[in-house]
Amino acid sequence: MTKRVVHYVNQFFAGQGGEESAHLEPVTVEGALGPGLQLQTLLGDEAQVVATVWCGDNHFAENLESTRREVLRRIASFEPDLVIAGPAFNAGRYGMACGEVCRSVTEELNIPALTGLYPENPGVEIYSRDIYIVPVADSARGMKVALQTMGALAAKLLNGELQGTAEEEGYLSRGRRKNFFFAENGAVRAVEMALAKFHGQPFKTEFEMPVFDRVPPAPALKDLKGATIALVNSGGVVPMGNPDRIEVSSASHFGRYSLESLEDLTAQAFESVHGGYDRTYVNDDPDRVVPLDALRALEKEGVFGRLYEYYFSTVGTGTPVKNCSRFGTEIAGQLKADGVDAVILTST
Amino acid sequence: MVKEIERAGFPVVHIATIVPISLTVGANRIVPGVAIPHPLGNPDLPAEEEFALRRSLVERAFRALTTDVTEQTVFND
Repeated sequence: MTKRVVHYVNQFFAGQGGEESAHLEPVTVEGALGPGLQLQTLLGDEAQVVATVWCGDNHFAENLESTRREVLRRIASFEPDLVIAGPAFNAGRYGMACGEVCRSVTEELNIPALTGLYPENPGVEIYSRDIYIVPVADSARGMKVALQTMGALAAKLLNGELQGTAEEEGYLSRGRRKNFFFAENGAVRAVEMALAKFHGQPFKTEFEMPVFDRVPPAPALKDLKGATIALVNSGGVVPMGNPDRIEVSSASHFGRYSLESLEDLTAQAFESVHGGYDRTYVNDDPDRVVPLDALRALEKEGVFGRLYEYYFSTVGTGTPVKNCSRFGTEIAGQLKADGVDAVILTST
Repeated sequence: MVKEIERAGFPVVHIATIVPISLTVGANRIVPGVAIPHPLGNPDLPAEEEFALRRSLVERAFRALTTDVTEQTVFND
């Protein structure tokens, strides 16, 4: 019997437009659409993409619970055997939406669901323990390979054939332990690993420990009235003309810009170069991302000490975690040297 | 960025609309923004009300910065 698959995509991959359509509510379309057409080819006669549900990324991320329920209701009405979402590559909002859809399907419909995310997508950390996530490239340039890997895993899930480790089956570890039979006993394998480690050779643990990198909260500001506060943003707000040529996506650097004698960020002097959201509103009034006017008012009233004379800016979309960490470290170094006490970081 | 700036010893408040992502990147003090394309504003409001909204979010950010927290905390009001 042909198995039934429902596919979830965002407004962009449904062919409904980019950021200007990101506010749109869920829509159901019969059959395959966008990347679903290729999935259908890969799945062959085994399974049919009976419907595609799509939704605008902003609508989903800003109304998480109600949208999740609505999308789930639409998916359930087709009585699928499997749900595929994305791939969402390194897109933050889309990755969240795919994760929410897959987790809801897994937990509430009790059928398997899978998506494809770049390993640094925040959705991986949030959802990887609950759903099947195929590691894919960071952008849609990797679509072809992503769909092949997702299609292969989908076929296995539909036939209930998952036998190997997460890595062998092509999805990111869900942190579950599984029993396997080996020719050598545990003592032999452990000694071999220890010897490999001793000789600096590669080896693979059979029991990976979770990695937690949490920074404990810094102590609260004691004296707001005496504090120097700095503004940082990942919304790409820069002086008009983007003097440091910060990339619209996958930023390689950040900029530092003077706020001296400015009371307000005007649309004439500042703009956003961020490639991951509709910039109409911030370009009309950059204070909607860098709240300079409000801070100046509070500074005049003596609510806090003073605003640091520069603000820092970069573009957060598609930017590798390694770059973001470096920006953070370098910004912190400058703030420390200049005696700043606390930071307000705004993100879009 | 939030995490590395905090690691250097600064209290940081993250004003962001998608709170789950802010939690994932490791922000310890979070103030939810208004909407993704305008976290500190609302183009549907008259200018004065929009400014008041922005000011209240910044004041909430100050409250976050002056509050000792032991774990990731979302300042919803």
